[in-house]
This record gives sequence, C-alpha cells and structure tokens, in this order.
Amino acid sequence: MAKILAVDDSASMRGMVAFTLRGAGHEVTEAENGQLALDAARASRHDLVLADVNMPVMDGIAMVRELRALDAYKGVPILMLTTESHTERKMEGKAAGATGWLVKPFDPEQLLATVKRVLG
Amino acid sequence: MYEDKQATASPLQQLTFSLAGEEYGVDILAVREIRSWSRVTRIPQTPDYVLGVLNLRGAIVPIMDLRLRFGLQRESYGDDTVMIIVAIGERLFGIVVDAVSDVVDIDPAAIKPVPDMGAVVDTRYLKGLATCAERMVMLLDVEKLMRPEDVETLEAALPAVQEVEVAA
Amino acid sequence: MSAVDLTQFHKTFFEESLEGLDAMEAALLALGAGSTDSELVHTIFRAAHSIKGGAATFGFTDVAAFTHVAESLLEEVRSERRAVDAELVELLLRSVDALRAMLDRSGRGQPVADAESEALRAELVRLVSGEAAVAVVVAPKAAAVSGWDIGFVALPHLLQTGNDPLRVFRELQQLGRLEVVRAFIVDGAPSQLSALDPTQCYLGWDLRLHGATTRADIDAVFDWLDGDCELAIKPLAEAPAASAAVAAVANEPKPAAPVAPQAQQAIASSETSSIRVGIDKVDALINMMGELVITQSMLSEIGEKFEISQLERLRDGLAHLERTTRELQESVMRIRMLPIGSVFNRFPRLVHDLERKLDKRVKLELHGEGTELDKTVLEKIGDPLVHLVRNAIDHGLESPAQRKAAGKSETGTLKLNAYHEGGNIVVQISDDGAGLNHAAIVAKAQQRGLISVGQELSDAEVAELIFQPGFSTAAKATDLSGRGVGMDVVRRNVRDLGGGVGVRSVSGKGSIFTITLPLTLAIIDGLVTAVGSERYIVPLTSIVESLRLRAEAVRKIAGGGEVFHFRDEYLPIMRLHHAFGCVDAITDIESGIVVVVEEGGRRMGLLVDDLLGQQQAVVKSLEAHYRRVQGISGATILSDGSVALIVDVGGVVRLGRSKAA
Repeated sequence: MAKILAVDDSASMRGMVAFTLRGAGHEVTEAENGQLALDAARASRHDLVLADVNMPVMDGIAMVRELRALDAYKGVPILMLTTESHTERKMEGKAAGATGWLVKPFDPEQLLATVKRVLG
Repeated sequence: MYEDKQATASPLQQLTFSLAGEEYGVDILAVREIRSWSRVTRIPQTPDYVLGVLNLRGAIVPIMDLRLRFGLQRESYGDDTVMIIVAIGERLFGIVVDAVSDVVDIDPAAIKPVPDMGAVVDTRYLKGLATCAERMVMLLDVEKLMRPEDVETLEAALPAVQEVEVAA
Repeated sequence: MSAVDLTQFHKTFFEESLEGLDAMEAALLALGAGSTDSELVHTIFRAAHSIKGGAATFGFTDVAAFTHVAESLLEEVRSERRAVDAELVELLLRSVDALRAMLDRSGRGQPVADAESEALRAELVRLVSGEAAVAVVVAPKAAAVSGWDIGFVALPHLLQTGNDPLRVFRELQQLGRLEVVRAFIVDGAPSQLSALDPTQCYLGWDLRLHGATTRADIDAVFDWLDGDCELAIKPLAEAPAASAAVAAVANEPKPAAPVAPQAQQAIASSETSSIRVGIDKVDALINMMGELVITQSMLSEIGEKFEISQLERLRDGLAHLERTTRELQESVMRIRMLPIGSVFNRFPRLVHDLERKLDKRVKLELHGEGTELDKTVLEKIGDPLVHLVRNAIDHGLESPAQRKAAGKSETGTLKLNAYHEGGNIVVQISDDGAGLNHAAIVAKAQQRGLISVGQELSDAEVAELIFQPGFSTAAKATDLSGRGVGMDVVRRNVRDLGGGVGVRSVSGKGSIFTITLPLTLAIIDGLVTAVGSERYIVPLTSIVESLRLRAEAVRKIAGGGEVFHFRDEYLPIMRLHHAFGCVDAITDIESGIVVVVEEGGRRMGLLVDDLLGQQQAVVKSLEAHYRRVQGISGATILSDGSVALIVDVGGVVRLGRSKAA
C-alpha cells in the first residue's frame, strides 16, 4: 500500500485521517505543521501528501511550494484539506503546486475514496 | 455432585473468631487476610479502639481492636492475638480479635434477628445471630464498624482542637 | 471495510479546541490592549478555523455553525476589510466564552446551542457583511444528454502538480463508455527527442463520453485541473428524446448530506485524565533506563563469580545504581510537572473583565510562567489564585481617581510571579494598591468575635486575621472577590496541597500574598525523629535548625506554655509527645532535641527524643483507608517496613496555638 504524509495542526483531524488510512492498510507519517512535514518529506519519500491549509509555523501553501522544490516531490500528488468557504485559498494552493483538494468536513469514506482516486 | 451444590441456596460462609469468650462471624467475602499480631504505628487524635496503622503491602491500613470497640478490656496482645484484614469497597481495615476459629457455612434462612442484649454487647455492629454446631455465632456487620462518617462524628464529639478557638 | 468510529477522536478534539480558544483569547486580549501584530489576527483566525473544521468533521454541527460565522467575521479582519475595535474584541471574547460552554455541553452530550449562544450568533451574523448572500447557490438543474465531446489539452506543467491524465481517463470511464477520438502532440512541443523534458506534458486528446452523464459529473473529474489544462466540453449533437430517463434522473431523491451523527455519548470525562509529556522528558527516561540496564548487567556479572578483589568494582557499581535510581526517580516525577503558565494564562482575561466591571485600570505582569508544578497541584491551585487576583483588584488596587490623589500612576500594577525557593515553588501575587486596612480588619475581627476589644496585635497578627474562618463569610460579598468565599478557604485549599499562604502589606504601597507549594506531592525529604517508640518524619523544607537546649534556656510563661530564646526571638516549644499523645517519650527538655520549624512565617520548636537521620519519604495518604488527622500530613514506610507518620508542620503550629489558647 501507499506511504502517505498527513499534515494537520489539529491532532483530532490528523488522528482521524491517519487512523482511517492506516485502517485501509496505508503507511502514514504524521506531521503537525508544514515545517515538520517538510522534514519528514526530506527524510523519506511519500506517495501522497494530505495537508491542511491553515497551520502555524509554516502553512500548507508555503509547504506545497517548498515540497515542489524538492526533486523527489516534483510529481507526487499533494491534496489540500480545505473548507468550502475559501475558494481563493484552493486556487492559491493550486498555484503553489497542489494536485487537488478534499473539502472539509469529510468522513472516512470520502477520504478513502479521494485517496483511491489519486493513487489509482 | 456439582449440580447438587449449585441447587442448594448458597450458604453464607463466615469466618468465626472468639472475643472475650463469645463467638463472632464475619463474612468471608469481606476478609482479605489474617495476620498474627504485630506492632502498629499509633495515630494521634483517634479513639482508643483505633490502635494505629499498619503497612499492608504499601497501603496504610488502620487497625481497630474489637474488644475496645465493644467497650471491653484488653489485657495483652500475645501470640494468639490475630488481626483480620477486611475490605469495605476500596477501604481496608484490620480488626484485632482474640483468636480465629473456623470457616463455617450458615444457611441465610437460619439467621435470627439480634435481640436486645442490654449493655453486654453493643448490638449496633451485629447483623444477626446464627446457630452453628450448637454454638451461637454473632454475625458482625463490618460496614458499620468503621464508617468514616462514624469516625468523624466521634471525633467531632471529642473536645479536641478546633481552629476557631484561637480567639481566646 | 468497517466504518471508522469517530468518537475516539472527540476527546482530542475537545482538548485542542479548548487550547485553541485559550490562544484566541490571549490574542484577543493583546489586540484589545492595542497591539497591531498581524500574527495575532492569524492566530485567532486559525483557531476558529480549526475548531470549525473539526466540529464539522466530528458532527458537532452547532459548534461548526457558530464558528463558521465567527470565522467569516475574522476573515474580514484578516483581509483588512474590517478594523479591530474594542467592541469587536469584546464580542469575540464573548464568542470564546460561548464556544467553551458549547464544547463543554457537547462533551457531556447535552444540547449544544442555547438561547445565549444563539443570540450571540445572531449578533455575529448581523455584523458579517453580506452573510445573507452566502446562501447556497442552487445549481441549475442539470439536463442529462446522451454524451459529451471533450477536448482536453494538458498544459506543460500538468504532471508537476501531481496530476495524471490517466486518472482523468479512469474516472471518465467510470461515468460511461469513453472513446478516444484523437490523441495529439501540442504545438510548441520540442521537435527533438533529446530536448524533451519528461516532467513536461505536451499531449492533447479529443474524447467522446457516451451515456447519460451530467456536466457536473464531468466537471468534478476535471475540478483539480483548473489552470492545468484547456478544456472544451460540448454535449453530443444528437440529444436523444429519452425524456423519461431524464425525468427519472431528475426525480431521483438526493442522497442525504452525509452528516456525522451528533455525538450523543458524553466523552468519558472520568478522572483518568491524560498528561502531555515533552519528548525530552521521555528521552531522559529512556537514557536512564539504559544506564540502569548497563549497571544491572555489570552487577550481575560481578555476582556470578565474586572475588574479594572485586569489592571496589562492586562498590562502584552499587554507587552507580544508587545514582541512576535517584535520577530515574526524579525524571519520573518530572513527567508530572507542568508549567504554571497554563494557569497564569487565564489571568489576562480575568483582569480585562475586572477592569471593566470595577472601573479600575490594571497592568498585569506575569513572571516565571515556565516554573513547573506537579499536575495535581497545578489543577488545584487555579481557584485560590483566581480568588487572590480578584481580591487584589477589588480590594487592593484603588480607583484611578484615588490613585491619582495619592500621587500614584492611575494604572495599578498586579504582578504574578512563580519561582523555586528551596524545595518549594513560590507563587506571589503582589499589587501596588492601598495595602491592608489594619483598622478595618481589627474592627471587623472584633465584631466577629475573633479578637477581644483592646487586644494588642502586631502587624503580622492583624494580617493573619484575614485568613481566619469566619472573618469574611457574611461580609457584603461583592460578586467578585466575595462569592461567599473567604481567605480561609484559600488557605485551606493551599494547605490541602501541602502548602501555605501568607501576606505582607505596607499601607499605601501595596500587598504581597505568597503561596508556598511543595515541588511534588509524592516524595519529600524528611528528618526521621524518634518520640518514644514512634517515628515521626519532619519535612526538611520546614526545618530551620535542630538544637539541644539547656534547662535554663527554657522559660515557662503564664498559662503553662514554654518558650526559648532563639536568634533574638522567643519561640514557643511544642512537645510532640504532648501533641501526639505518646506516653513513653522523653519529657525532660535537656535530654531531648528541639527542632526549630517554620511555617507561614511562624516559628516554633518541636521537642523530640532524638534525630535518627535524613530520608526521602514516599508520601502515602492516611485518608485512603482512614481519614485526615490534624497535625499529620501523611504516612510513609520506613526501610524496616514499619509505618512512620509525617508531621504537618503547619498543622502542628496551629495545634500548638489552639492548645495554648
């Protein structure tokens, strides 16, 4: 199964995402903010990154930009976890290099469906 | 065999012990341990019958002398003197008795109410009376023996130290 | 696959949301105080945003709805469409309170929104400009057609966004039969293979999707590719006259929106609370465990075939074992230690509210927020501190006018300071207000019958009166510092934690309340003393000195008390065998030893038979199986397995006073 990096400053959201993905057999690395995600991404390659947008230290948008600058992450799918009310943030994410997004709130089934969509 | 045993109304198992020539019983389910007498650490500002506390595998457990609790005299603590450690819920305490006798089965139906025994025995701490092999056994109500509120009330009644009295 | 049980994340959600609200509150207060740091707004926004996302995910719809409106308002602030003013800060602070209450009710499975929160939400809605326009835009009813022609040209950077044309094909195939009419290389692609960049995409496709698919379904496939490709989507020319099928599709009941069930069950809010431990503390533990294992293997190696020549090594090993064990013990205790900052953090808000309510101006200074306290102590020290802070602002600090008249700055200063002192944590609450009003205190104490008229009292004794039970109870009890709770309750709470509280005050200059707390509850350094056949442990932290007195150094005073001269003052002697009723103890003062102890600024000498040595004592509660005993703070088990009682010095001092009285 895939190796997935889950980034969210909210422990409950991160926990839910990681738990769901692990339940589906994926290997999950958790990170609390963009900077820690970047550290984890540098340490080993992941097949997919799921990241919150609003985070302290380094937000999701900046993180995507930094990730895309890494050779190993040039073509890796990165999905932003975002709320519906911020269309402009979605586009900001796209502009930074995100693959797509998953709109909050989502439930575990929607999460798995989306992950399947990206990973094929 | 097995079925026979299960069919009969489950008898109450009582640990019997002697105290000043009388026989008492305590529900075996409440008994945690029987120990020979050992020195306890005295606690200040406690009624006489609370002899002190004991280290029971790390727990600090109060020990009560049942003779003193019943207003009887205790001459000495010797080799026969025994402490029965009982549990009420989470709380443990020990009772000092003269000697432990036996474990007996008592038919719950055969338990009689406690008659007024005058000043001889304090009947507040008895659940009932039962006859076992021609002997009368007084069944102890351990829960009433050391209820914290009971102890507190007693304490309050003592002319002890009260912060409010500082004024004078 | 079995559904994931989301309730397991509720507790974490509540915890982080409450933390988020704390951060929000702190930032709001800073903004209210005039800070223009833009990071503050981001912090507030982020907190609201996280709570909203989590609440929606975990099914707390009322919380999500409330935060949604607050977030919209904050978005306006963040994008500088709305200025921050005092009113806005106040409104948002009230929102923080409302959310706390809502989360609390969610956690207990109670109805979440109430009249108050709804009213506040309405207020927020009114403020958010154009909120009404945010109503869901109903998409025009999609007409189903027999198929679509899709022109899809990837832009060169498409692959770099992590997208893949193959995914598009896969998803389109799920919608209906997909026909690739033409695939082509776009203009501008490098003509030479060597110049081709594999990370760039130069392909385009003309696709035809057969079947009754809506435009929205197709848009959903391409939604992530906005800006990464050129699209031309047209319905197939010959629309079939299958209007019945269209109607069937249109009438199909919409699946209900997936709403997670509102949490019914209260999150088990049992006492089995968790503790967050910094990774450094855990690492320290692991390191020490490693040391312990090494020492253990070294010792067992020596033990295998011991020769007397190895005695030195054995001694070293044992010394090492002792050191490591002690360090391990300290590290384990340190796990329970948390910074007092988490308690201090609630004061900016409290002070802010009190300023408004009492019309006073207060500058709050916090020092030593990083000072760590045992978790249990930390949880219980909050209320006494709140009480002292309220009291300082209500009674200590004067009104701006009074301060001006007294030649002081109109703004009073309230300082909270936490620091280590000896084996204790000291927390001080100091103000530069009027100080204790001695005359008023004496009058009140006389009125309450605590002292007799005409009784001469030192300043310290007057200050001590405010801690007496019965001093402040029936007072006018302003709803702030009053609440029917007096300083005696503060003192009792602090004493329950094994600490003490005292006050120093200078008229016109201010007051300092000092709370002294034990570093940890569980272990104390104690002096083992003998009194008759009993052993009593006196906490080392309260011992000033131990000495042997000569008979002539002791004076009997009226009423039977005994005093002795010690460093320019006369201290009362408390015979521990009297206090604790030991019959077999030394009664002759010259043969015994006097341990001078101090508690809350009061000193006294405790007469014991002998000092047996110093020992670390693991404190065990007497209450677990028995009850509280005055003058005793707990018990411990000595190396021989017997029980020794630990002297509660404060309690004994009080015992002494009341016995003397």
